Amino acid sequence: MTGVVLRRLAIGVFVLWGAGTMMFALLRLAPGDPATLLLGPDASPADVAALSERLGLDRPIVVQYLTFLKDAARLDFGDSFRFGQPAMDVVLGRLQATVELTLTATVIAVVVGLALGMLAGRRPDGPVDRVVSGLTILLQGMPTFWVGIMLVLLFTATLGLLPSSGTGTPAHIVLPAVTLSLPFTAIVARITRTSVVASMREPYVRTARSKGLTESQILTGHALRNSLVPVVTIVGLQMGALLGGAVVVENVFAWPGLGSLVVESVSNRDYAVVQAAALLIAAIIVVLNLVADLSYSLLDPRVRTGAHR
Amino acid sequence: MTGAITDLAETPPVVRRRWWGFLRWWPAAVVGLYVLVALVGPLLVDYDPVATGLTDRLLPPGATTHDGGVALLGTDPLGRDIFGQVVYGARTSVTIGALTVALSALVGVTVGVVAGYFGRAVDATLSRSVDILLAFPGIVLAIIVAGLFDRSITVVVIALALTGWIPFARMTRAMALTVRDREWVAAARVMGVPRRTIVTRHVLPFVLGPVVALAATDFGLVVLAEAGLSFLGIGLPPTSVSWGQTIATGKEYLSTAWWISAFPGLVLALLVVHVGLLGDQFNSYFHRTGRRGARSTSRRGSTGRGVEGSP
Repeated sequence: MTGVVLRRLAIGVFVLWGAGTMMFALLRLAPGDPATLLLGPDASPADVAALSERLGLDRPIVVQYLTFLKDAARLDFGDSFRFGQPAMDVVLGRLQATVELTLTATVIAVVVGLALGMLAGRRPDGPVDRVVSGLTILLQGMPTFWVGIMLVLLFTATLGLLPSSGTGTPAHIVLPAVTLSLPFTAIVARITRTSVVASMREPYVRTARSKGLTESQILTGHALRNSLVPVVTIVGLQMGALLGGAVVVENVFAWPGLGSLVVESVSNRDYAVVQAAALLIAAIIVVLNLVADLSYSLLDPRVRTGAHR
Repeated sequence: MTGAITDLAETPPVVRRRWWGFLRWWPAAVVGLYVLVALVGPLLVDYDPVATGLTDRLLPPGATTHDGGVALLGTDPLGRDIFGQVVYGARTSVTIGALTVALSALVGVTVGVVAGYFGRAVDATLSRSVDILLAFPGIVLAIIVAGLFDRSITVVVIALALTGWIPFARMTRAMALTVRDREWVAAARVMGVPRRTIVTRHVLPFVLGPVVALAATDFGLVVLAEAGLSFLGIGLPPTSVSWGQTIATGKEYLSTAWWISAFPGLVLALLVVHVGLLGDQFNSYFHRTGRRGARSTSRRGSTGRGVEGSP
């Protein structure tokens, strides 16, 4: 077990190094000289040259790369020119909002998805199953940003029930979180359905039936429990997609998280923030994948005791 | 293609033919309609994305414009026709979708065949590169790449294909691995057929079917991602017409002019849903023939985590 953990950790560190290298390369390939961008088009050549020297842009690319790696290891990505403070501070200041949004969306997706999946999996190919499967296709096909706008149209512009943008009260998180959760609800529902259908054929379900448990007891006690492993797996694997979805959804609802920060910073060419935000997102995904991998062993006794392998 | 779908209808003896059997064609017909609109629509509908007519601002669907035409789906705050934007947007979406999927499939299949059929070293490099790329959500990477470089269709296509090739590579690799050890491939090897010929003649044909299925699924995702980028105002030049841009315009006018955002999104959602359905049909068809041909498409390949599990 320790060996597995160490190996996964090493891969995680390697992936982060690769992600950092990729960001470094991308920003160097992008058109436009960073010093000119920082100072604006009216800056004198002397000022540009001075700033280039201060930022180390006049040094060989290898030296720049090594400096980047050294600074990145200390989470130093330079200063954001828009906020005038260290990029990592700006990014970390936005992290909480994104975590709140994605966690709320995950809870909605898991709860609703499990419920829908169980309803559908009870009677495969029955009417409920058909409706749920149609619904999941629809939920995955609709663009989240459009769904968000349509929800605003309904709940804010027409019914006047919920705020459409910003933060503050708990009501503010409802629309963004629901919007973000919809495609993931569909994914969780599909996985749960498959898993429930499979476990209803297992011998232990026959045993449970023969000892007189009701269908709903079997569903919650046996089928649901066994669906948890695939659901946790998929939630872990989908975390990247969820964060990506958050990037778009945050922009719809002016939610002050990492996603809106990334888009603003890319549009304003605030490269230090882009780098810091991208690598923080990468780090979150790497850690969550690691946790999802390791949590199989906690949820599935076959893996835990090694009987499976 | 015709053979493929009738075959699907006839093979399973349990399924009785019902009167609604023609619905099988529905997804293909809808997707075909979109492609048709993308190809010829702009020739039939007169729409100028740059011209503005301020007298026709924010007209509701069905209203008459000042020159006597009918704004079928209403107009936007600059007096531009929403129907025209929907038709021209179809061209943008279908073009970018097709180009991106083609690029992704080309790169993915090449990399996958090389990794699956040739050496371990390529395979290891591939799986590590994929790990790195997947550390970023695809849309974030696309936002960064498309945002850094100058706005153009080429940049958007490359930005979207940057992670788009991965599923193709994984699937091709898995297929190549299973086909590699089959008898006829061994026979060809013994007879001294060059490796390149073995790959093109004995390995690639097995991969093509599933690649088509994957391409359909991928097309839907790419169209969604492109609309997302345009919605955020990243990637395409401002002069191009895209559903995402129109939806973004309408966001500011929700309480007065709901039609600006509503229609392009509806059209987009319908396309993605039907492309998904078509992909599912391809999938179930090719999975059956796949099983008949190559003995086992290992579970690893289909779950998409295959590359990592290599020994």
